[in-house]
Amino acid sequence: MLRIDKEACIGCGVCEEVCTFGAIAVVDGVAEVNEQCTLCGSCVDSCEADALSIETAAKSVQADLHRWSGIMVYAEYRHGRVAPVSFELLGIGRKLADQQKVPLSAVLLGFGMGDAAAELVSYGADTVFQVDDPALEHFTDEIYGNILEDIIQEQKPEVVLAGATAIGRSFIPLVATALATGLTADCTRLEIRAEDGVLLQTRPAFGGNIMATIECSATRPQMATVRPRVMKAAAPDQARKGEIINYRPAAERLQSRVRVLGSVLEEQDQVNITEGDIIVAGGRGLDNEKGFGLIKELAASLDGAVGASRAAVDSAWIAYPHQVGQTGKTVNPKLYIACGISGAIQHVVGMQSSETIVAINKDPNAPIFDVATYGIVGDLFEVVPKLTERIRERKGQ
Amino acid sequence: MDQIQPMNIIVCIKQVPDAKDVRLDPKTNTMAREGVESIMNPFDRHALEEGVRLKELYGGTVTALSMGPPQAEAVLRDAVSCGADEAVLVSDRAFAGADTWATTYTLAKAIQVNGPFDLIICGKQAIDGDTAQVGPGLGKRLDIPYVSYIRKITGFADGVLAMHRLMDDGYDEVEMPLPGLITVVKEINEPRIPSLKGKMKAKKLSIKTLSAEDIGADPASIGLPGSTTQVVKVFAPEFKGERAMLEGSVEEQVEQLLNKIEPYL
Ligand SMILES: Cc1cc2nc3c(=O)[nH]c(=O)nc-3n(C[C@H](O)[C@H](O)[C@H](O)COP(=O)(O)OP(=O)(O)OC[C@H]3O[C@@H](n4cnc5c(N)ncnc54)[C@H](O)[C@@H]3O)c2cc1C
Ligand SMILES: Nc1ncnc2c1ncn2[C@@H]1O[C@H](COP(=O)(O)O)[C@@H](O)[C@H]1O
Repeated sequence: MLRIDKEACIGCGVCEEVCTFGAIAVVDGVAEVNEQCTLCGSCVDSCEADALSIETAAKSVQADLHRWSGIMVYAEYRHGRVAPVSFELLGIGRKLADQQKVPLSAVLLGFGMGDAAAELVSYGADTVFQVDDPALEHFTDEIYGNILEDIIQEQKPEVVLAGATAIGRSFIPLVATALATGLTADCTRLEIRAEDGVLLQTRPAFGGNIMATIECSATRPQMATVRPRVMKAAAPDQARKGEIINYRPAAERLQSRVRVLGSVLEEQDQVNITEGDIIVAGGRGLDNEKGFGLIKELAASLDGAVGASRAAVDSAWIAYPHQVGQTGKTVNPKLYIACGISGAIQHVVGMQSSETIVAINKDPNAPIFDVATYGIVGDLFEVVPKLTERIRERKGQ
Repeated sequence: MDQIQPMNIIVCIKQVPDAKDVRLDPKTNTMAREGVESIMNPFDRHALEEGVRLKELYGGTVTALSMGPPQAEAVLRDAVSCGADEAVLVSDRAFAGADTWATTYTLAKAIQVNGPFDLIICGKQAIDGDTAQVGPGLGKRLDIPYVSYIRKITGFADGVLAMHRLMDDGYDEVEMPLPGLITVVKEINEPRIPSLKGKMKAKKLSIKTLSAEDIGADPASIGLPGSTTQVVKVFAPEFKGERAMLEGSVEEQVEQLLNKIEPYL
């Protein structure tokens, strides 16, 4: 419940203005709350008179919080390789583990994985729990979820991290639900509060317009999925020593009601725009499919991936997996070049965290320039081919 | 012939603020309230459309289900005008402040009270929290199989749905026996606009409302007290945009840009 201290309230009306939900009104000089309140807490922060607070019922705190110790990372393996986000997780995981003076472990699930576990050790894992089994050849939520749940129950890590990838975001919620603990999605910053070991999980919400810091203080483990390309992987060290444990799941834990018959892979470097360092993206300004070819050429000259606005995807110039934005993918490359894209908020939320953003647009008032590091006002049919040509020259291609 | 049975489908629909309107003032750190409109979560519109299409193919019913404040009735009426047969609003002040853990508990209870079902369809994610956790969590709560990010349903026979699941590197061909749950991506269909008949029906339909008591919810498991996560701070993102506009002829602009992006080449 939102509690209003009627003595302290000065009736200034700031809370009324701040509330997105129209849940507060000042009546006779005192704030009153109605049933629209969602307990989002923004009014509490805004109140200078400290008259507002949110009452939480005393939580039934898990009695054995202190028995949970160690940092665990789910290392994603699919189609012959460890997903790069796994190394990034080991990077941040190592930092958190060193701060807490606890071990860092990794869970590796798949089939025919070769020496992937050793690779995880070289990136910082002290222990790798690996299950290499034909039942894990294809990803299924149930089997992957069962095994991770069982390993967590046995090992009792205080923190569990996974990549905010298609796989991570699909089955980690199952594990958190099974363990009756909290899960924070798609984090971009993680810190442990030294006093009490609580993981402060920061993430974008409302399509990136708002950042929120979230904690899970009463249950363990504290679980988070982490956005790819945000955390830094450590340089691999082949000399690092670690233990690789072949974990044996019980037979009944290897059953899935869902059956995966096979995978159809798109060309990796072209489609997986969430992993690339450079993305060249095109929008309606390209006029037609042929125009969109300019984007592909520029991307090829930079060894980059191709992104697109929804307008370009809806015009069928390029397939949906290339769409960046609210209803497409969130990308985070070092360099994002937006050509003929107006910068509608639904597009911007998917790319605004890129390190450097270049915008090429003929309209000087296009909103894309608001998020651009460098802007060129000009006709993309002149600028883009020129740029491609000069890059090829510079690279001696 | 393969046996085809009618499907009773529940579509989970959330009312969300239109993301483009939601902003924090970076100076005061407060939410701008002006003109924030509530809409049906865009992914849920695709979930609804898929439910209605399945019903049209195989027979059965579509029930739109939402947990939210009383005004969430608006998205349920919207759903009925687009083809849902029934609408259920799970609403109680005690639900306020629910995280995904408390939300899946509440939705699961409501679904159990509502009666038998074959398929639950959720959107991939809600655009306010962007968590994508409610679908999978709900599947686990109800102990039914689920598959996320469905981009295409390719068949239904002998109680098994055949589908394509969108993955980061392509797609997987999967089969799931019903009852089960799927979450859908926008690629799956093109949602229809409300029909006149639908609009009339939506106007008249009385929406079934369930309170915490009606669904037999444990007060310690719902709303803020039932949540495992707490939001401790909200703040505005920092933008690094330097907005350096490159001037001059096309050649000059391109040269300047080349120098700026040199480190990436
Ligand atoms: C619920 C919802 C979800 C959405 N999700 C997404 C999403 O995920 N991703 C997304 O991208 N959009 C999304 N949209 C759509 C979004 O609102 C915009 O409509 C879309 O991003 C516009 O694409 P665009 O910038 O390519 O086209 P336009 O807005 O038409 O912009 C084209 C730009 O090209 C410029 N231009 C034209 N010709 C030239 C030239 N010769 N040289 C240089 N510049 C030129 C124009 O000045 C203009 O700025 C969503 C919308 C809704 C309602
Ligand atoms: N309060 C709610 N009522 C009904 N359905 C919901 C609610 N919250 C989430 N959902 C469903 O779960 C999906 C994922 O939501 P989320 O996990 O919040 O991103 C949405 O697309 C909806 O289908």
